[in-house]
Amino acid sequence: MKVIYTDSLVIGGGLAGLRVAIAAKQRGYESIILSLIPAKRSHSAAAQGGMQASLGACVKGNGDDEDVHFSDTVKGSDWGCDQDVARMFVNTAPKAIRQLSAWGVPWSRVQGGDRDVIINGEKVTITENHEAQGLITARDFGGTKKWRTCFTSDGTGHTMLYAMDNKAIQMEIPVHERKEAIALIHEDGVCHGAVVRDLITGELIAYVAKATTIATGGYGRLYSVSTNAVISEGIGTAIALETGVATLGNMEAVQFHPTAIVPVGILTTEGCRGDGGLLLDKDGYRFMPDYEPEKKELASRDVVSRRMTEHMRKGKGVSSRYGDHLWLDITLLGRKHIEKNLREVKEICEYFLGIDPVKEYIPVRPTQHYSMGGVRTRATGESPTLKGLFSAGEAACWDMHGFNRLGGNSVAETVVAGMIVGEYVADHCAANALKISTSTIEHFMKAEEKKITELLVRDYGENPFELKVAMQKIMMDKVGIFRNGEDLAQAVEELKVLNQRAKNIALRNKISSSNPELVEAIRVPKMIKMAQCVAYGAQLRTESRGAHAREDYPERNDRDWLKRTLTTWTDDSADLPEVSYEDLDVMKMELPPGSRGYGVDNTVHHPDTPKRLSQVEEIQKANPSANRHEMQELLNPLTIPEKFKGKNERIGRGYK
Amino acid sequence: MSDQARILKFQIFRYNPLKPGDKPRMVTYEVTEAPGMTIFIALNEIREEQDPSLQFDFVCRAGICGSCGMVVNGRPDLACRTLTSKFADGEIKLLPLPGFELIGDLSVNTGKFMRSMSERVESWIHDTTADEVNFDKLEERMDPDLADKIYELERCVECGCCVSACATKRMRPDFLSAVGFMRLARYTLDPRDKRTDEEYYEIMGDDDGVFGCMTLLGCEDYCPKDLPHQTQIAYLRRKMALVR
Repeated sequence: MKVIYTDSLVIGGGLAGLRVAIAAKQRGYESIILSLIPAKRSHSAAAQGGMQASLGACVKGNGDDEDVHFSDTVKGSDWGCDQDVARMFVNTAPKAIRQLSAWGVPWSRVQGGDRDVIINGEKVTITENHEAQGLITARDFGGTKKWRTCFTSDGTGHTMLYAMDNKAIQMEIPVHERKEAIALIHEDGVCHGAVVRDLITGELIAYVAKATTIATGGYGRLYSVSTNAVISEGIGTAIALETGVATLGNMEAVQFHPTAIVPVGILTTEGCRGDGGLLLDKDGYRFMPDYEPEKKELASRDVVSRRMTEHMRKGKGVSSRYGDHLWLDITLLGRKHIEKNLREVKEICEYFLGIDPVKEYIPVRPTQHYSMGGVRTRATGESPTLKGLFSAGEAACWDMHGFNRLGGNSVAETVVAGMIVGEYVADHCAANALKISTSTIEHFMKAEEKKITELLVRDYGENPFELKVAMQKIMMDKVGIFRNGEDLAQAVEELKVLNQRAKNIALRNKISSSNPELVEAIRVPKMIKMAQCVAYGAQLRTESRGAHAREDYPERNDRDWLKRTLTTWTDDSADLPEVSYEDLDVMKMELPPGSRGYGVDNTVHHPDTPKRLSQVEEIQKANPSANRHEMQELLNPLTIPEKFKGKNERIGRGYK
Repeated sequence: MSDQARILKFQIFRYNPLKPGDKPRMVTYEVTEAPGMTIFIALNEIREEQDPSLQFDFVCRAGICGSCGMVVNGRPDLACRTLTSKFADGEIKLLPLPGFELIGDLSVNTGKFMRSMSERVESWIHDTTADEVNFDKLEERMDPDLADKIYELERCVECGCCVSACATKRMRPDFLSAVGFMRLARYTLDPRDKRTDEEYYEIMGDDDGVFGCMTLLGCEDYCPKDLPHQTQIAYLRRKMALVR
């Protein structure tokens, strides 16, 4: 039995995982990162448009601060997020971006003086402040009051990931590539590491650690068409689920991005619309102002995706052999701008569509994009039910996004969560000794060995590729942008059948070393369970909140549903997960529930909402001289690691 | 596009070094072409429907991550964004990238190579104060045009096409290659990196470094991101020649 010991085991080598490992290593704890692929190829690299941080240096960002970012994030989440976490996040994001700047990210900078931009379809000249010359600039994104999304052209994720991985290399943090964690090792409510399969040799290795962090990204590939990388299959989250002890949060919260190209589903960044691009229908008509007169194309993602779908249902879509789509028009931005700030988009259009977006419209359609749900954690990043198990980034339901994430908040979350959770991982390593008996390790290793052997010896059975396609189709057709009780009930039943069939997979290629079919056979049953969590959670949640839109329950219902979905799978032979809920406490909210400002507000309010609103008002009245930092302390006192407590400086404003 | 779908003929290199008795060979697969089909789509179809043992690497499938470098009809390129319609005769020959350790079939270990390249060129900002930077304060300013120039050189996705296309690398196994030079050029341009020319010379001032380049410039010809390898190698050479 091969066993590798370390202090901090991190599963996943994207931005979040790397940053957690760096934090633990900085505090003197050995870290090992496991990755399916070389770390620099992680899906973080695909984040194009940018990272939100309220630096407020560009002229359209003036007046921005943590409070504005906080309010945008909470509204964006449709009040589904954990406001403590959102607060920690917005306060730390400016530090994260500045640290990354010192570590080498070539953030685009403010150029003082006049420049032409496109706002609401019109060319406008704005004048950047000369005092801000050379500071990090920002672009506009959906659902934000200020221009807050910092960027490097449209390769932001790439430059951030490269800087982060380079930092990890400098710190001599090993990344064990082509390794897949297939089960967690745990006993009596404590996680001790993972059983890991070497994807080249097929060898099983036990990685034993004081702290184990899941940072494996989202589960977009549960759907047939997704902007996600092909490795975003949610396996890290699934192995947490399979412990039967760890809980998953808000699995039904799945975001669809408005502008992925048709048919392959590759993303074109929100920066296209942030920089002035428009959405047009089959008549070349700009329809978004009719639906959302205020924010238009730059409404929150969930809203734009639904409006686009509504418009196509009215027969206004462009028909194609791949079904209806709409147009994204960036021609009005001009060649110079596109070739400088949207060059990945241009390359994608050229290679995959054979068009030049400088002159032609881009065919787009809302497509699965982001998983708000994931491993439920406390604000520290630790699972509330499985000690020593942490999670960060898209894999986690740390819960700063609630039911809808704002564009630019995902890469920001990966780094900020990495910083904060990384500190708590280090604290955990400091406070805990590694206590595990080798027989426990052996028990988990044997169990996985047995499963693999069964797969390799079974003569006849199901084809894992076919099961996956069937699952993806169910999710696509019945658990999509708009949902209803009937479709969801069918999806839940059909997935149950797939779950049973997945217990009888047989392989054609019966070798235990490098074998893509075996990899699929190990993953597909896990993916089906994850799909069941999403579909069942969606069926039970009889309201519409953020990206979870029920046609049969169109109102946001705070009275009955201001709560987080928790999913566990305690009995492996069961054909459905167990679902419970935890309330969000309105009386502790810094920003009590209100309207997001889209469409008609038909919210069913929580009885505590008026109480909390008047309480907040009283606190404000009673402390007329409190500045915004003091007021935040009064409304939402926070525990935040010491090193992130400082106030953030801004140009022309100091630390106010 | 005509309604009559073409039958594509894929000739694919097959060899699994971990399978006892396996021998390198070319195997032909036929695939019915679909509109907009890429090599990514075709290879997955072959794996799912014809041969589940076929090994290849894709991650982003959007030309961003650099995982899928392979030799496509003689050219090192990113397979995910190569449309099958590009090949008039419908014949597509796929080989793994040379110059890297073979994992199996079309899959090579670029990760191992790139990590050791990064360690060799010390691919990080050298500034002893970078870790003590007070991130509550305004960040250090940078000229906006310079930031854009650095980004230009940082667009490399470590796909390895330049390494495979390099004749010098074929003759000198330890040759740093264009990917390493581009990384160094990126740091020499960056004022945040405090390394001196003498320090850069220690890394690349020999025949396994920038002086070994025979300037056949396969890197320039085949870089999927059109990075300015020729200019940067020339720039580094001049810079290094002036050191001693």
